[in-house]
Amino acid sequence: MTETIVELKNIRYAYEDKIALKDVNLSIQRGAFLGLVGPNGGGKTTLIKLLLGVLTPQQGSIELFGTPVEKFKHWSKIGFVSQKANAFNRGFPATVKEVVATGLTAQIGYFKFFNKKHRDKVKEAIELVGMSEYIDKNIGDLSGGQQQRIFIARALVSEPEFLILDEPTVGIDTENVQKFYELLGKLNQEKKITLLLVSHDIGTMTSHANGVACLNKEIHFHGDTEAFHNLSEQRISSFYGHDLNIVTHNH
Amino acid sequence: MLSQFFEFEFLRTTLYTGLIIGLIAPLLGTFVVVRRLSLIADGLSHVTLAGIAFGLFMDKKYGLAVLTPFTSGTIFSIFGAILIERLRTVYKAYQDLAIPIILSGGVGLSVIFIALADGLNNDLYSYLFGSVSAVSKQDFNTIWIIALIVLSLVALFYKELFMLSFDEEHAKVSGIHSKSIHLLFILLTALVISASIRIVGVLLVSALMTLPVASSIRIAKGFKQTIVYSILFGEASVILGIVSGYYLEIPPGGTIVMVLIAFLIITTTVQKLWLKSQRKKAIV
Repeated sequence: MTETIVELKNIRYAYEDKIALKDVNLSIQRGAFLGLVGPNGGGKTTLIKLLLGVLTPQQGSIELFGTPVEKFKHWSKIGFVSQKANAFNRGFPATVKEVVATGLTAQIGYFKFFNKKHRDKVKEAIELVGMSEYIDKNIGDLSGGQQQRIFIARALVSEPEFLILDEPTVGIDTENVQKFYELLGKLNQEKKITLLLVSHDIGTMTSHANGVACLNKEIHFHGDTEAFHNLSEQRISSFYGHDLNIVTHNH
Repeated sequence: MLSQFFEFEFLRTTLYTGLIIGLIAPLLGTFVVVRRLSLIADGLSHVTLAGIAFGLFMDKKYGLAVLTPFTSGTIFSIFGAILIERLRTVYKAYQDLAIPIILSGGVGLSVIFIALADGLNNDLYSYLFGSVSAVSKQDFNTIWIIALIVLSLVALFYKELFMLSFDEEHAKVSGIHSKSIHLLFILLTALVISASIRIVGVLLVSALMTLPVASSIRIAKGFKQTIVYSILFGEASVILGIVSGYYLEIPPGGTIVMVLIAFLIITTTVQKLWLKSQRKKAIV
């Protein structure tokens, strides 16, 4: 039996009196590549904040790797690429190597220094995302897609078992989005990293992920990609709202 | 020309102090600049001035030599740093408001203490613009102790300080105690400012923290290199500034800043020319 690494039960969360999530039940198995889709304001980012322990649910329980989130200590098992990762100061004088190394800071801990083993890990993570030739370049000199890869490397360097990506393809051109999904596929297949990818772009994602969950305050659907494609368009629209724009890519 | 600096003890002390602050001011300054907090240095230096004026006033009125103006300046600077942090949490949406509040508060207090101490005197002038002859043996001892504290804490918390500077949100999500690290950073800044004031003066201390970085950022690759170049510019400006200030009988604050501005013009020009030549190469 596969291990459940995320288990959400009956989650309710409201910002003052505005309900963001209600009756959310969701479990993610080890090895999954789950796409979380839903309209803007549907609670996707809130859900991630709950998973990361940044917010606490008003109702329900969250377990990570079998431990309640409030007691969870092994945060280095979880990598996170924020949708705001690209919002850093472009003039910041930091090389790719220095940025990726910050992914190890918390794991190394206070009063300890980087050693050769850590530096090798940084190199490996950069190699994994195919950016080795840029290792000594300033991060601000790279393109948006390249920067995105660096932020993934930063999340990967601590060797997480579970990687959460929040709208990672925003602002990246189509060709690089394709390459980006290939990278995610590789991480999932070869490195056996469990992925949770949040996106409002249903089409591209569902052709790469192997499971889909639809969130609009509640979970409206959770199943494999094929079942999702078999859903009637009407049913998808009914929860997704008016801004639906599905282009399915059936391979 | 330098022989007098080895002959007279007070000049030697000044030069050594200069070398120390030429190291720690640009070091902390690099973090200050990349976090876009350059104005904090100005805010804190004016609070330090209030502390100095307070020390001068106490000395003049009551003959209390317990607190030298330098020590009371340092204490004020540290309290100013804590206050800025408090204010930044009070005015979450207007974080830059903390700086003018602190700055004007500092100047206001300074004016009051100066008036109570019966006006401007030579001492105060040297605190404003720096001096080549003002560093006493006692000041020097405090300054190198401050430098030791600053250097060891920056080395110890380098990776956390860097992470917080680059991406605060990422630092928080990863479980770094970002509030404590930030407080550490601002306290170190306060210490560096009070240590630097004897040489460069209240009005120009922020220049020694930020101008070397402004030059270095144009030509350096990466953060560590930015720090190294900033320190090199800082040291060069301090040496040139102190020596020329002494011979021209000008407070070193002025000469140091002019040297730094010259570096800035040179690095900017060099970088532009280099970019041009790269572009030409690319076309050929």
